[in-house]
Amino acid sequence: MTATTPDTLSTSAGPDGDSPLHAPVDLKIPRSLKERLIERLFGAFAMVSILTAAGIVIVLFGESILFFQQVSFGQFFGDTQWTPLFAEPHFGIWPLLSGTLLTTLIAISVALPLGLFAAIYLSEFASPRVRKIAKPALELLAGIPTVVYGYFALSFVTPAIQSFIPGISGANALAAGLVMGLMITPIIASLSEDAIYAVPRSLREGASALGGTKVRTIFRVVLPAAASGITASVILGLSRAIGETMIVAIAAGMEPNLTLDPREPVQTMTAFIVQVSLGDTPAGSLGFQTIFAVGLMLFLTTLVFNVISFRLRSRLNRGGHA
Amino acid sequence: MATRVTLSPAAFLLGVHLLAACGGGSQKTVAGDGSSTVFLISEAVAEEFRKVDSSVRVTVGVSGTGGGFKKFCSGETDFQDASRPIKPSEVELCEKNGVKWVELPIAFDGIAVVVHPENTFVDSLTREELKTMWQPEAQQTIKRWSQIRAGWPDTEFKLYGAGVDSGTYDYWTEAIVGKEHSSRGDYTSSEDDNALVRGVAADKNGLAFFGFAYYDENKERLKVVPVDGGRGAGPVIPTLETIGNGSYFPLSRPLFIYFSVKSLERPEVKAFVEFYLQKAAELAREVGYIPLPAEAYPLAKARVDNRKTGSLFQGKGSQIGVSIKDLLAKEQAN
Amino acid sequence: MTTPTSRGSGHRSTLLILPSGQVGEKSLKLIGMLAIILPLALLAVLIGTTFIQGAERLSGDFLTDLPSRRAASAGIGPALAGTGMLMVLTAAIALPLGIGAALWLEEYARPSRFTRFVELIISTLAGVPSIVYALLALEVFVRTFGMGRSILAGAATLALLVLPMIIMASREALRTVPLGLREASYGLGGDRWITLRTIVLPLALPGVLTGVILALARAIGETAPLITIGALTYVAFVPDSLSSAFTALPIQIFNWVSRPSADFHVTAAAAIIVLLTVMLAMNGLAIWLRSRLQTRIEG
Repeated sequence: MTATTPDTLSTSAGPDGDSPLHAPVDLKIPRSLKERLIERLFGAFAMVSILTAAGIVIVLFGESILFFQQVSFGQFFGDTQWTPLFAEPHFGIWPLLSGTLLTTLIAISVALPLGLFAAIYLSEFASPRVRKIAKPALELLAGIPTVVYGYFALSFVTPAIQSFIPGISGANALAAGLVMGLMITPIIASLSEDAIYAVPRSLREGASALGGTKVRTIFRVVLPAAASGITASVILGLSRAIGETMIVAIAAGMEPNLTLDPREPVQTMTAFIVQVSLGDTPAGSLGFQTIFAVGLMLFLTTLVFNVISFRLRSRLNRGGHA
Repeated sequence: MATRVTLSPAAFLLGVHLLAACGGGSQKTVAGDGSSTVFLISEAVAEEFRKVDSSVRVTVGVSGTGGGFKKFCSGETDFQDASRPIKPSEVELCEKNGVKWVELPIAFDGIAVVVHPENTFVDSLTREELKTMWQPEAQQTIKRWSQIRAGWPDTEFKLYGAGVDSGTYDYWTEAIVGKEHSSRGDYTSSEDDNALVRGVAADKNGLAFFGFAYYDENKERLKVVPVDGGRGAGPVIPTLETIGNGSYFPLSRPLFIYFSVKSLERPEVKAFVEFYLQKAAELAREVGYIPLPAEAYPLAKARVDNRKTGSLFQGKGSQIGVSIKDLLAKEQAN
Repeated sequence: MTTPTSRGSGHRSTLLILPSGQVGEKSLKLIGMLAIILPLALLAVLIGTTFIQGAERLSGDFLTDLPSRRAASAGIGPALAGTGMLMVLTAAIALPLGIGAALWLEEYARPSRFTRFVELIISTLAGVPSIVYALLALEVFVRTFGMGRSILAGAATLALLVLPMIIMASREALRTVPLGLREASYGLGGDRWITLRTIVLPLALPGVLTGVILALARAIGETAPLITIGALTYVAFVPDSLSSAFTALPIQIFNWVSRPSADFHVTAAAAIIVLLTVMLAMNGLAIWLRSRLQTRIEG
């Protein structure tokens, strides 16, 4: 049995505008039951992503609600100690937040200068051939598994730091932060380069015509024009660093510590989740729910950062500059 | 006709193969979990057992004594590594889930107190001083060496210790703080003793406690602290001897494995436990623990054969100051 | 385009005093080059030192040996097997889901607020930290579905993790196939599925496979999700069923790195070399496929 209702074929346009290959077209094509079933099947596959997102939200919020029924917001945001599993528990999230913040700040202070200057070089000075090699090469930094970076941090960076700063603990925020910085440099470099490259030639030429040197042009004209894209790259880099787990779990320490001193061991939100998972707390217990509450904070933070970054970048794409 | 998308047959065959093997029941497995202290012995036994019978798969996890008991009493594992006897709440849980268990003491261990090799001033610690350092009230308040003993430097120390799921933690808190499961929370905690060794070995101001075997294995990069148990004998260094005869007080303790009666019905589990008891003395020594006297192991085997359930410690959890002699006496009496 | 040299006349910014002229330009160029070379050089040093450390442990035996308490005889046999099986399973789950979803979005569904919503969800999921996926998997796969700490749960988690990447890469690949080919097929009376199956997909396949391989290369190094859903510490066998316990290369590395003894660090270094080699091979394969794609479309 074939249904004879013809279907109008129009192909989709992507989020970045209509691709010339897919200009909307009206075609009448036969549509059998089999066709409809296949379409439903593939549609269902696409729904898996929605299910995943829904699942994440439900799981995180669900367990967190259970958590907050036993631990008040005041305790969570007011206490400065994080010792949830001990006989006299404290549930203040600040030590974990400061651990995440400290390592992230160290990372971005490495990645921003490196990434930005790399981007400037690639878009303003490099020949197309150099760019073709250098860009993928930088991407290599992002492709190294994080457990390998953790090994690097522990085996090479930490001893090196210890020879400079005697008496420093073997686990510290600095080693982990530096290595994370290396890892997120490509994010800054790549997106900043896109942003800089997108600045119209007319702006550069105008600046030149007015008597500006290349250096002045770059810093006074091009970079400000690319500012939203560069900011987007930084925010995305921050988001990546916040969500990073293995490097900090291996090298930054496992001690919740409310500090901004990079020489101290700290524990990040992600490292805490791993620590509890290694020890296996049973479902339904407060300890178990704790990792979901922390996970929720992590998820919301990275989500907000990603959305801000995306908004800044789409402003760039639509041809606007800061 | 252009090439068809031929993923489907390959995927289908793969699926069939995997699903066919999904039976899983054909595979002989022995699953264990629990203490990272006892893990060293169980791992060694499992490795040696594989040479005897490679068709049996033994897996050993390291969730900590507490974490392991939760799984054991839910029927998820066949055996439990424990660095302390079973607690009342765990006895209850096992009963609730119908898990009957046999308790087998297999070795003796000491908890070593360790500092960085370049630490020159800590030459001993009393039980009282350790309590000052580790009790709950110390959190955020006791942070400097000078607060522990007059004359010690005014620098901050960094503590490393077992996590709350660890049997070592339970025993330590019972022995040092006086109340099981009660301690300060602001230290680097881990169920994995390796992490603690790493931590204190890299930290000039570090102080850690962990199983003696982990100290023994990493002697060159650690400094052990003699402990004065307050019984008049002065500070005692943990050695195989002092731990075995109980003079390393209060930080000497027996190590156990627990087997579920139901699992013992399976021939591979029975074979594994018998092999374990055969090899425990030798492998415990190799790994760095103190083997029990030769008489202890046949006694344990008898418990297995007779499916003798119940704990030598009445299911009350850690007891301080049990020496090997005491342990043997209990076993013989039971 | 020549840049007129400035003699420093004209207005000065109070914020930024910049070296002007050729000196300034050369310095900036130099700094830029350093900014690229420095991280890469650092990476090379790190990898090289690891290689030197671990090379002594590399041997055929290392690849097949079981993990052991003795560092000298510890090997990555089960870990390598576990990683291999994980990759196959992950691909088996993620590939059909990913291609199907991409087909739906590109070829079947009419653009609407709903499809844009789906696209938004997918690109959002791409940015979620892997440990959040781990938490989802812990609750849903390990506990609710009762898969336990099995290799199936591990593969399902990784599949969800890489799904957004596969969908986005597949869509790109589908877009490279010219519309004209589709039109021709419809004109000849074919329905959509036949068109896709016989014409579009085969042409898009290299691009899709490239995306899949790159996604798997990323998944292969993921440690956090596997640790969280509880891969066991001592696993001395090759998983033989979907419900079997397992270990994987990154977990074994993490385990050996965590041990204080330097011998185990050497073993960890050797395992890292193996991991990086595998990833390099996969990336190389993807690049080769991509170049094959170019010639195909152009040809």
